[in-house]
This record gives sequence, structure tokens and C-alpha cells, in this order.
Amino acid sequence: MKWLLRNWTDVAYALWEHITISVTALTIAFALSLLIGIAAARRPRLYGTVMTLSGFLYTIPTLAFLAFLIPLVGLGRSNAIITMVAFSLMILIRSVATGIREVPADVIDAARGMGMNAKQILWRIELPLALPLIVAGLRVSAVTVISVTVVAAYVNAGGLGTLIFNGIASDHPAKIWTGALTACTLAISVDLLLAGLERRLQGRRIA
Amino acid sequence: MLADAWIYLLAHPAQFSLALGVHVALSASALVLAALISIPAGIAVARRSRLALAVVNAANVARTLPSLAVLALVMPLLGTGFAPALFALTLIALPPIVTHTLAGMRSVDADAVDAAVGMGMTRAAVLWRIELPLALPVIFAGLRTAAVQVISGAVLAAFIGGGGLGDFITAGIAMMAIPQLLVGAIPVSLLALGTDVLFGALQRRITARGLRTA
Repeated sequence: MKWLLRNWTDVAYALWEHITISVTALTIAFALSLLIGIAAARRPRLYGTVMTLSGFLYTIPTLAFLAFLIPLVGLGRSNAIITMVAFSLMILIRSVATGIREVPADVIDAARGMGMNAKQILWRIELPLALPLIVAGLRVSAVTVISVTVVAAYVNAGGLGTLIFNGIASDHPAKIWTGALTACTLAISVDLLLAGLERRLQGRRIA
Repeated sequence: MLADAWIYLLAHPAQFSLALGVHVALSASALVLAALISIPAGIAVARRSRLALAVVNAANVARTLPSLAVLALVMPLLGTGFAPALFALTLIALPPIVTHTLAGMRSVDADAVDAAVGMGMTRAAVLWRIELPLALPVIFAGLRTAAVQVISGAVLAAFIGGGGLGDFITAGIAMMAIPQLLVGAIPVSLLALGTDVLFGALQRRITARGLRTA
């Protein structure tokens, strides 16, 4: 606790880095998944292929993935961000595609009957109705990305993992505690925040 | 690069087989321990809906904790080595198994249970012959998730002296020795992918024939 009070600027900086890296990775992953998910939602064969590939990426252990990228992109933040994007694709694509697929067929029929074209149906019917599921996917992948960012400190990406690794290297428990507990608190808060959003969206859909 | 990794592997056979052995032992024991705790616990609370809700909520919070943070938190308390790593990995494996056990038990058709009770089955018989076989595929899905998570987590055990294939990766990164790094990263990825495929296949086999979708 004393260590934390004396070094709170370092901790705040690590937390800030952690959040920036996670948000960057999540934004890229979300944009990609939206494109792929929309394309694959109504094409079962494409969806199957995409799920197999992204499931493959998802199963590779985090540290191994970071290691594989070292010969290709070296150490640092871009390595970490690529790893996190690869990791988030499966969950995000699945939530986008499932969300769109679960829109009732008669709702789409009605929209078409009102003279909407495919683009209008996508933006004004399918995506808004898929939103609760998309947010659910975003919640799971946000937590995953925060977790990967902790490990990514080992390839010099920065963030809260830096405190943990420095603490382990210099046998400094206060640093380890601070880094690990701050990372846990961040993960739990983001999870609760997005869970709240998810509930509000679901409520709106029923109303 | 791959050839260099192969040469490194051939030059260090004993070191590699030890690391692989430790990795498998660490992952398998964490999975078994977590299953022995989570499955009975899940079954015990499944019928008490308030308790079950509390367990699911706790597990969902525990599930969000970063694996490396859990390992790091265990270190100042229990020190370094195999046992602290095993403890941390068991903690990591608990939430997916317990939530899936609860979901599996709750997915059992109440009519099937009613019919079994009507046929004069005892509570134990209902559990063993009706509920568990019907819940098993879902429980197994939890084991599959936990297994992959534990194998990934065991890579990070290298940071707290737990051994395993992560040792090659961390040493390889520290010295920027790409062949050494690949000798850890390739086998551990194959291990994770192989486990996922194996558990997936087992999951299909244990699904009661009437429940199979494809």
C-alpha cells in the first residue's frame, strides 16, 4: 500500500497504457468482425470456414501467439495488438452473425414489403435488433483482451503486466500485488459495465 | 527458421521431454482437481436456485480475472514452483466447469425427471441414470473450455517457476533466440489444438444418441 501511494503516477500510467492498448485492439477487431460477420451471417458455408479459422486462432496459447509474431513484427505494441485482434475475432464474428441470423424472418419480410432495400434492412432492422447479442460478444472479448494485454507486457507492449513482471524480476511483492489487483479490478469493472449495457438493450427490445 | 528450431530440439531432447512432461502433468492435474471440485459442487447446488445463482455470479466474476494476474497473486503467498502453479491453474479451471455443470443440470427436461420418479427411481438413480447422462455433454463442454484455458495458463506458469514449455518461450524471448522460442511455442500450440479437437470428438461420442444433432 505504501509502495502504491509513493508510485501512484507509475500505476496510473500503466493503467492508462493498458486501457489504450485494449481499446485500440478491440476497435480494430470489432470493425473487422462487423464486416466478416455481416458477410457470413446468411452464408452457412462461409460462416463454417470463418468459425473454424478463428477458432483455431483462439485456441493458440497467448504467449505462444506473441512469440510466433516476434520473427514477423518484432517486439512491442503492434505485436500485442495483432495477437489481441486474432484472439477476439471468433467471439465477435459469432455474436454479429448470430445476432443478425436471429432477426425474425417476418420482420425482414415486413421491411421489404415497406420498400426497404438490402442496405436499409441491414442498418435499420438487422443491426439494431442484433445489438444486444453484439454487446454480449463485445463484453466477452473486452475481458479477453484485457487479460491478453497483461501477458503482452512481456513483449514490451507496456500496461499493467509491466508492474507484475518487474515485481517478479526484482522480488518486489508490492509491485506484483498492485499490477495484478489493478488488472483484476479493470477486468471486473469492464465486465459489469458492459453487462449493464447489455441488460438495458435487452429491456428495450422487449418493451 | 523451422529447421533451426528442429536442430535446437534435437540438441536438447532431455530438456524438451522434461518440459513437455511437466506441461502435461501440470495441465492434467489442474483439470482433474478442478473437475473433482466443480462437478460435485455444481450438482449439489443445482437444485437450490438461490445458491446456484450466487455460484454462477461468483464464477462469472472469477472468469474475468486475467490468468497471469491469478498466477502472479499466488506467487507472493505460496512462492514459486510446481505446486503454486498447480494451485493457480486449478483456480483458473474452476469457473468454466462449475458454470457448465449447473447449466447442464438445469437443461435436463423436468418431465424426464418426473417420469423417472414416477417409475419409482430413487434420487440417486435419477441422478446417475437420468440427470447426469443428459447433462454430460454440457459438462463436457465446460471441461473442454477449461482444458484449453489450463494449457494456455500453464505456459504462463513459467513466469512463477512452474516449468513447462513456457520456459523455452520466455528464455527465447529474453535472449531473442527464435529457434528456442519456437521449440516452446509450436508444441504448446499443437497441444492446445489437439486437446480441443480430442475433447470435441469425445463430447460428440458421449452425447446420448437421441440428443445428437448432427
